[in-house]
Formats: sequence, C-alpha cells, structure tokens
Amino acid sequence: MDFQLSPQLELLRKSVREFAEGAITPKVQHMEETDEVPWDLYKEMAKQMYLGILIPKEFGGTGLGNLARMIMLEEIGRVSAAMAMATQIFHMGTASIADFGNDAQKKKYLPLLARGERLGTIAVTEATGGSDPTGIQTTAKLQGDSYVLNGRKCFITHGHVADTITIMAKTGEGPKGFSAFIVEKSFPGFKLGRKERKFGLHGCNTGEIVMENCVVPKENLLGNEGDGLKVSMATISEVGRAGMAGCGLGVINACLEASVKFANQRMLGGKSISQHQAIQWQISDMYMDLEASRLLAYRASWMRDQKMRCDTDMAMAKYYATEAAVRCAKKAVDVHGGYGYMMEYAVQRYYRDSEILIASAGTSEIQRIVMARKALTSFK
Amino acid sequence: MNIMVCVKPAPDPKRWDSIQLDPVTKALRREGIPSVLGPLDKRALEEGLRLKEKHGGKVAAMAMAPPSARDNLVEALAMGADEAYLLSDRAFAGSDTWATSLVLSRGIQKAGKFDLVICGEWSLDGSTGHVGAQLAEFLEIPNVGRVVAVEIVEGESLRARSMVELGDRILDTSLPALITVTRETNTPRFTSLLGVIEAETKPCVSWSAADLGIRPEEVGFRGSPTQTGDIFMPEMKRKAEMLRGEPEGMITEILHKIRQAIG
Repeated sequence: MDFQLSPQLELLRKSVREFAEGAITPKVQHMEETDEVPWDLYKEMAKQMYLGILIPKEFGGTGLGNLARMIMLEEIGRVSAAMAMATQIFHMGTASIADFGNDAQKKKYLPLLARGERLGTIAVTEATGGSDPTGIQTTAKLQGDSYVLNGRKCFITHGHVADTITIMAKTGEGPKGFSAFIVEKSFPGFKLGRKERKFGLHGCNTGEIVMENCVVPKENLLGNEGDGLKVSMATISEVGRAGMAGCGLGVINACLEASVKFANQRMLGGKSISQHQAIQWQISDMYMDLEASRLLAYRASWMRDQKMRCDTDMAMAKYYATEAAVRCAKKAVDVHGGYGYMMEYAVQRYYRDSEILIASAGTSEIQRIVMARKALTSFK
Repeated sequence: MNIMVCVKPAPDPKRWDSIQLDPVTKALRREGIPSVLGPLDKRALEEGLRLKEKHGGKVAAMAMAPPSARDNLVEALAMGADEAYLLSDRAFAGSDTWATSLVLSRGIQKAGKFDLVICGEWSLDGSTGHVGAQLAEFLEIPNVGRVVAVEIVEGESLRARSMVELGDRILDTSLPALITVTRETNTPRFTSLLGVIEAETKPCVSWSAADLGIRPEEVGFRGSPTQTGDIFMPEMKRKAEMLRGEPEGMITEILHKIRQAIG
C-alpha cells in the first residue's frame, strides 16, 4: 500500500496550481460581479490539455485518468469552485462519449472536445426527474434516419455554453425505455430556455435547454436504444460525483488556508487568535475534513482508473467531501468573525459556492441510499 | 540553435519564514523547505523556448544543486526543455558565485556545443547577479546583461535590447554568447499536461565533480574567494513616541530624530 502520489502527479498538481493562481485568480472577482462566462479561460485550459484528461490519447486527449482529474479539480477549486464545476462538467460531456460511444462517434467528437473546439455537458434532469431519472418525460421518436426529441431539461450546468450535449430521452417504457443521444446545439429544434440566477458559482451557468422537434441523426444514439439509464447513471455516479468531490476538496483547501492566514494575523487579547484553543479546534476539524475527503476521493478515483467498480466509493467520497466543504466554509466564516460576512473576504464566496455541491449529482440522501444498498448486502 | 539555460533552484519564497540561520556556520538551514525555480529562471527558459520555436534546435536546462533539485529540472523539462543536466556533488556545497560559475562552465563544455547560454539576471535567494557575467568569462564568450528583448540576426549573431538605468540600449554580438534576462523580458508559459507527460521521457543527466574533471579544492568553501563575514536576522522593532507641542516644533524634532536614526 502506497499513499504517495507519483512524481508525475505531483508535477501535475504543481503545474495546475500555477495555472489556477496565475490565470484563474485574476478573473475570479470579475466572474463574481458579472456572472459572465470566462470563455478566454476555457480556451486557455483547452490549450493546457485540461479538457481531455479523461479522453484516451488515440482520440486526442491525455488519458491521464481519474486520479489526475481529481487533483486537477482540487487545485482549480481551491481558487474558484465555479471554474472547477465548469471543468468537471466539460469532462462529463467527454466521458459519456469516451465510455459509451462507438468508434465513429469517438473519432468525430472526442478530438474536438479534447482541444476545446467544442465544449460538452450532459443533460438528464427535468422538472419531473433527476435523482429519479425514470421520471423524465423528454421523448425521442425514430422517424426515418433521425430521432425527433421533444422535452425540456432544467438545471443543466453550462447547458447554454456547451456545443455538444449528451441528452437522455424516453424511447420506450420501463427502465430499458431510455436512450442517450449526442446532441449538437446547431441541430434543428434545439433551443435555450431560461438562465438561472444562483447565489453562488457565479460565472458558471445553469439553465434550461428545450427540444422542440429537435432532429438528431440516428448515428448519434449513444450505445443501443435502451442504454440511456446505463449511460447517464455511470457518467453521473462515477464522473459527476467525482467532480463534486473534487470541487469540494478545492473549497476545503481554500477555507483552511484562508482561516490559517486570518487566524495568524488577527490579534485578540494580545495574541493572534490562532493561539486561542477555540480557533485551533475549528482549524483542526477543517484539517481532518481535508485529509479524510482526500483519502476517500483519491481512492475512489484510483479505483476507477483500475477499472474497479467504484459507484459506492464515489458516493462516499462525494457525500463526505461536499458536506465537509459546507461545514468548513461555515467554520471559515466563523473564524473570520464579522469580516467573514464581508464581500472583501473570499470565505463568503466559499460558503455560497459549496452548498450547490450537495445538491448536484445526487443529494447526500441519494449517496446514503447507494451506500446503504452496498452495506446491507456486504455486512449481513 | 542550441540553447543552454542555467537555473538556480532556491527555497520556496512562501516558506522563507521557516528558514533558520546556523549561528556557528552562518549557513542557511533549509531542511524541509522545498526548492522552486525562480521567476527569472522561468523567464530564461521561456526566452530559450521562444528562440527554439522560431529558429529550431534544442533547449537544455542545467543546475548546480543538491540531488533533490532533479524535481526542479523535471519541471523545466515539463515546461518544454529537451534535456536537463544536474551538477551535483558534496564538494560543491558552500561554493560562492565564482566557484558556481566554474562548475557551470565545465558542465556546459561537457554537455556539448551551445550557441546561446541564458541565465536569470539574479537568483531568487542570493540575488548577487554575479553568475551570468562570471560564467561568460569562464566560457570566454560575450555577455549581455539585463536583456529585455532578443533576436537572432541571420542565424549568426544576436541583437539584444538591454536595460540601463535611464533607458535601454541595443547591443549586437557574435554567437556563442550569454545573456541574462529580467522580469521584463517575457511572461513565462504555463506548463501543459502534455508537458507533464513528456517530461518523464526526456533525459535528465547527473554529473559529479569527478565527471566534470573538477578537483574538490577548486570548488566549495575552499575554492571560493568570497567568504561570508556575517549573516544575521535584522531585528525589527517598533517603538511609538508621542510628541507634543506646536506643529512647527514637532516637525523640527521629527527631522532631527530621522537624521539621528540614519546616522
């Protein structure tokens, strides 16, 4: 058993940190104030090959894999959870095609996604179904050489930004009655709905997408008809939940660093507040949350790299790291006292940004259902 | 166009508050503090990489440093250097800028033929700014300092814009030559993931004093003409003194105190 990262992963962490601090940090305040999408940063990230981390080399990616991705998201999330969220959703768009696409689909889409010439996302959630994907109502009907999609997806991260979207729709009845499609935003009948206003993650869009007789060529069916649940569940439970854990890790890092810095500077009763035990307890709890979240998230990512089943482990990592992110953000605001509530201090942003990590890719309750299912069979 | 970039791994500035002074040897105790490439090292590398992209050839990176500096050289390889050389030997410990320049010159001579050597104007830690010029002397090639822009003219000579106190000057020199670069020279690129992957496959050679034909007495404390007299942590004390009276009188008193303080 070896808990040490390889020299390559250490170098990756260092290089991503330099990019995050050098390129992303200067843009964060503008994103906060305007909620504008940082297109230039996405281009720059594509140039650094960040978007193709889950894409095999033969299709233009780096194939560095899931643990490398986790470390990357942690480093990006340390300076901006909104940027980490955007990065992870682009990865989800690529993973669904890399894992379930046929050779022609991979050849057509993956090199473009790896180079950032196209941005990807995935759209499952509807007003009537998300955590329960069988509740979705979008339909896909085969007419000649094309499927015609009708329906409305909501809360789609970067649905208004992505060019290539993996969409789940009903093609029949029952669990096998769902199928996944690669939909391009230029397809006839594809429209953008409302853009949501959020109290965090500014600069990372969430919005509706609408399909009104949207014509999708037959060859854009991912896998076979009826594979929709398999595609969406595998992508969400293994790539999406890892993404949320990575964003959470980033936020926890940021909370701990900001709190230590502030606690060492802020004087109370003639000494820095870091010398007061009440503050030390907050700091030590955050530190433990960081390490525990890391262990769970790195391990689950490593398991996916080994092609081991990891849905429960990802659920555990996602549940723990995202809850810990909210917990640590609250503690960081508390350590800062009144300053923590002021917009000049970043900890208020960490607090606002972290909350969505719990709801995305399955709430904590969903993760506990997944874990309970495994525990109840493994420990009987 | 073959370019050698000399870099100086130095303690991470973020951890400088952890550096201790050995009261006896006056050496810096930097155990546990990771080394990083300095901002001028990265600019030197960037300039080398840009020249290579324009004129072809290769870029090599070289450092005289402890074995742990291999990580810093791998970082240079990830940024785009084609090969790296680590000059490392216990005998090098304590070398001043003269002895360091000697070691680097032997390393460069052993590594092959280079058209251009690029260094940062000064290192992140010692900041003496001596090594570039001394290295050029050892190599017996021209040296242009404080270079902010450089171009290769007809593949044969080098034209450099060099900063001087109240402006800059254009200097032409034949090749091979050595230049030292400043913060103003360029903005270093970020290391891409492809660079991270490729770094592992590029050569990173380590040479000892014996490999370079250097006798122990030529380097280290014994081979260094400069000996550190004293190093100390400046004592930073704050003192508040309240003055009372008319403003004119207080101003005179303040001026008097400032003159006294600065001697």
